[in-house]
Amino acid sequence: MTPDLQEAGTALLERHHQSDRTPAGGASFGRLMHAGTPDFAHGVALYLDEISVSFDGFKALNNLSLAIDVGELRCIIGPNGAGKTTMMDVITGKTRPDAGHAHFGSNIDLLRLREPQIVRAGICRKFQKPTVYEELSVFENLELALVNDRGVRAALFARLSGAQRERIAEILQLVHLLPESHRIAGLLSHGQKQWLEIGMLLAQEPTLLLLDEPVAGMTDEETERTAELFLTLVGKHSLVVVEHDMKFVDMLTQGHRKVTVLHEGSVLAEGTLAEVQSNTQVIDVYLGR
Amino acid sequence: MTPVAPVQLLPESKRGLLLGARGWSVVVGALLVVAVLVPLLNLVVPAGNPLHVGDYGVALVAKIMCYAMCALAMDLIWGYTGILSLGHGLYFALGGYAMGMYLMRQIGHDGNYRSDLPDFMVFLDWKTMPWTWAGSASFVFQMLLVVAAPAVLSGVFGWFAFRSRIKGVYFSIITQALTFAGMLLFFRNETGFGGNNGFTDFKRILGVSIALPSTRMLLFVLTGFTLVAFYLLARAIVNSKYGRVLQAIRDAESRVMFTGYDPLKYKLSIWVLSAVMCGIAGALYVPQVGIINPSEMSPAASIEMAIWAAVGGRGTLVGPIIGAFFVNGAKSWFTQAFPEFWLYFLGALFIAVTLFLPRGIMGIRERLKRTDVEKTGVEGKA
Repeated sequence: MTPDLQEAGTALLERHHQSDRTPAGGASFGRLMHAGTPDFAHGVALYLDEISVSFDGFKALNNLSLAIDVGELRCIIGPNGAGKTTMMDVITGKTRPDAGHAHFGSNIDLLRLREPQIVRAGICRKFQKPTVYEELSVFENLELALVNDRGVRAALFARLSGAQRERIAEILQLVHLLPESHRIAGLLSHGQKQWLEIGMLLAQEPTLLLLDEPVAGMTDEETERTAELFLTLVGKHSLVVVEHDMKFVDMLTQGHRKVTVLHEGSVLAEGTLAEVQSNTQVIDVYLGR
Repeated sequence: MTPVAPVQLLPESKRGLLLGARGWSVVVGALLVVAVLVPLLNLVVPAGNPLHVGDYGVALVAKIMCYAMCALAMDLIWGYTGILSLGHGLYFALGGYAMGMYLMRQIGHDGNYRSDLPDFMVFLDWKTMPWTWAGSASFVFQMLLVVAAPAVLSGVFGWFAFRSRIKGVYFSIITQALTFAGMLLFFRNETGFGGNNGFTDFKRILGVSIALPSTRMLLFVLTGFTLVAFYLLARAIVNSKYGRVLQAIRDAESRVMFTGYDPLKYKLSIWVLSAVMCGIAGALYVPQVGIINPSEMSPAASIEMAIWAAVGGRGTLVGPIIGAFFVNGAKSWFTQAFPEFWLYFLGALFIAVTLFLPRGIMGIRERLKRTDVEKTGVEGKA
């Protein structure tokens, strides 16, 4: 990653943010594209091309190529150390790959942007461990996530409008936390924290949601409700779900959606859950050691 | 999705007013004590009267109020943003030195050597003033320097440190090293700030004798007002969305970053503000205490600031002010009663607070309140 490339990307995005303050800001149908707005005309939301990452000689990702369609829900499975979290790190700008390309839409080069800029372009991520602001209330957690100006000066004088309060209430209801809105987030149960974080992602109205083991630590009932929630998001957002829980993957894919199996940093198999589960290579990887 | 009524979760109106009725009455009360009661008891009530507040008492309270400003500044960056500085004494001293330079020039020809130059320069056999003293005769210029010197230094340091994502203990150690380096630099006579003796023997401020009771009282009142103003400013900051972003950075910086905020801007702005607060505190401290020397930059002085904030209660604003008064009050009593044991006491105090009162003196009150909340099920933010 060269600094000047990064700065060029920054400049592009800044220009976009200055020019794109219209309230609508939805999908683009045949209109002129602003530089910095992801272009989804080809139907692809995320495109990873031959990404390689190594840590001290260990190849976490090895020529990984992957394409996620607009509005798609894709589950990614794989044994420990397959590179699932590293892949998310690359997409969100936390880790810079040694080789390869990563594009959001057909025009945004993710490798040129810093984390907050990638988020502002429309990619949001849920961490493996629920990460919420422990000492703020549930409401305040969502307030900070709402789409608005992220600058210091704007934050100093920001006041919530009625519409924004309504939006927060809507999200609170969606993630079943309306009765908890006063509570300090640190006092929520593990599953509730997961939901709060999902709610915070939704508040940002992202195009692409990356969810790293979103149902870890949830009860069966909570898992089911989470699956329901995700299924309502399909079409409006693209979702990438990394998960170990096959029951949950089954609920999400409903027998027809694609599942990608990662192994040793690259794609081992792709297909419906039934297909990959009957794939001999996959069986070897999961059971054969 | 069924429409939901907007939730009235936070008392927004209260936030707009900054404080509740009780809070404001305390603020007004504090202002009255500082501006009316203490001057009356010091200047009007005769010295023999039991109600008389002596000059020593006034000077002590003034000094502690300056410390309280530093504790408040520490709270903003440590308590609310989670960045522990062990080097804010540097900014305090810079503000103090900027004021001290002006006070040195105000001595004029009344120094021991009857020279245009400050005594220490004559002593070093310097013939002209170094360039750093170019604007020192101007009160306005030096007051700008009180703000600018800490702001520029903290800004440059903070920008590099936060951009490199230096965090936690590493950051604290670097701040400590920086103030230590500052101390060594100011210890040198060649630096041109009086070496290890620093500045003292002040005679006048704005042409008025600094020893005059009315001058001292005016400075005292000014200090009290500044402290209250800083408190209100900090309160406004903490209650704004900006303040909540700071707390979010403290709790989960990566989440803040992955929510699209740039933590660098937030950390840098509060960092510079806290440094400037310390600088102003230092400028008010010097004319009242009558001396500034490099010991203010010693690592121990900066660590003490962190102790005031921790003892009072981080993340509460009122706590650090109480902490500064409690620790320094205890210090002035202890150093008179048992001079050898003060440091042991300070250490014991810090250990006791860490072990038993993780949220400081304010934590006791909070604990009482929380049991209240559990009983009634209603939660209100103070």
